[in-house]
Amino acid sequence: MPTSTILGYDDLPDLLTRLTGDEKHDWSSLSTLDVLWVLYDRVLRVDPDAPDDPDRDRFLLSKGHGPAAYYAVLAAKGFLDPGELPRFGGFDSRLGNHPDRVLLPGVEISSGSLGHGLPIAVGRALALDAQGQEGARVVCLVGDAELDEGSNWEAVQLAGRLSLGRLTVVVVDNASSTYHWPGGVEARFELEGWDAARADGRHHGALERALSATGERPNVVVAEVER
Amino acid sequence: MTTTMRSRFYDLVGQALDDDPRVALVLAEIGISQLTGDHERIFNVGIREQLMIGVASGLAFEGLRPVVHSYTPFLVERPYEQVKLDLGHQDVGAVLVSTGASYDGARSGRTHQAPADVAILSALPGWTIRVPGHPDELERHLRAALAGDDRVYIRMSEEANAAPVHADGLSVVRRASERAPVALAVGPALDETLAATADLDVTVAYLSTVRPFDAAGLREVASTDVVLVEPYLAGTSAAEVSAALSDRPHRLLSLGVHNEEVRRYGAGSDHRAAHGLDAAGIRGSMDDFLGVSVRAVG
Repeated sequence: MPTSTILGYDDLPDLLTRLTGDEKHDWSSLSTLDVLWVLYDRVLRVDPDAPDDPDRDRFLLSKGHGPAAYYAVLAAKGFLDPGELPRFGGFDSRLGNHPDRVLLPGVEISSGSLGHGLPIAVGRALALDAQGQEGARVVCLVGDAELDEGSNWEAVQLAGRLSLGRLTVVVVDNASSTYHWPGGVEARFELEGWDAARADGRHHGALERALSATGERPNVVVAEVER
Repeated sequence: MTTTMRSRFYDLVGQALDDDPRVALVLAEIGISQLTGDHERIFNVGIREQLMIGVASGLAFEGLRPVVHSYTPFLVERPYEQVKLDLGHQDVGAVLVSTGASYDGARSGRTHQAPADVAILSALPGWTIRVPGHPDELERHLRAALAGDDRVYIRMSEEANAAPVHADGLSVVRRASERAPVALAVGPALDETLAATADLDVTVAYLSTVRPFDAAGLREVASTDVVLVEPYLAGTSAAEVSAALSDRPHRLLSLGVHNEEVRRYGAGSDHRAAHGLDAAGIRGSMDDFLGVSVRAVG
């Protein structure tokens, strides 16, 4: 695997405790934890020592709410000093309730307001195509409720029509959208020209297989987790 | 030589796409038919304005210099949060070039008018705002913007002055006596302001770059009375003038587009008059503000 693991999956609970001071929380309930771990441990070609490498994969966390799992994984993978975690949310901290990419190298986009990451991801994929870059993937994580925002569908439509094969969207689906997605949210991507897969959002092998697949068309991986 | 800002813009951006591999153009249908030929760095996203700004952000992240162009309300108002976050908060650059200023779309009605464009972009940090008053000024501002990597808004209009003024800061167009009032005209408001003050002892100054605001230039030329003539929402730069002159007693009259819906169609010139921005309207407001004491002799 491309990144050198400094800490392992089993270290995440300790990192999360440092982040929040809460030792009793059931960390496995963090919806994005396993998806983020599999991405950084097994899928993305990223290097904390070269966060601006033009050939790196771009990972855009669009669902910036509840970034504890993200910070913990970044700390485990060497993008962030674990010593910074206890200052989470402080005035002198680089870590807030929504990540700020200007403060934290290796974080590809600032997020918080929903529905912004995927349109930016489409722009990045278009730019890489126009510049003839080969191989770099653009992976964007959204939540199933985040897809309520119409701006996402503007991006889904264009990416499908233009066959942006380097683009992957991973939907962490904990059925939190109030009005749901009848027939599964992936059906809407497929109609727009995307490849789609559904995986157990806690199963590392299944996630790795689904997230590693690329093709001529953009693809969506719906990672199902408990509500 | 092209005659409108808009046609000059299409010529220039087409040339820039050919000459500079960094330049990209993002459109939401509007403008695509005016450009000749295909180009791999023209990204027409369809009628999707939120995506238009998001895509521009992504292009800038990857080292391109995106020019984003549409009709003013669809460029600035509809995707305002994208402008604030995808460009500003992400700290990437873009050049937004609007067409359809204030009441240019008189026949189209309110849906196609955004006279608060400069005001709302002024409320976001880090934007350079250019209001060219002539196609030659547009060309100068656009060339400068393409060479940079910052956030620039260029407001094109169908109204234009007879001659360009080439200055980046405040420029004195007509100098009156030493303590005379100053009329500060922005962009295409200059010619009407000059006509309104032709027989007055009033210094006329000009700005086409309104943010950052040239406070030092204003301090140099201003005495007590300042009349601000802006071709968009009245008072947009009033706080800038007040801040520039905060340490001296002064009076300010802010002229511009009234903050009300006219609900009339017609021509831009009809609306210019309705907002008191033609020479007669400007003169009437100035007479009320200044009294008769400034009437030049002879």
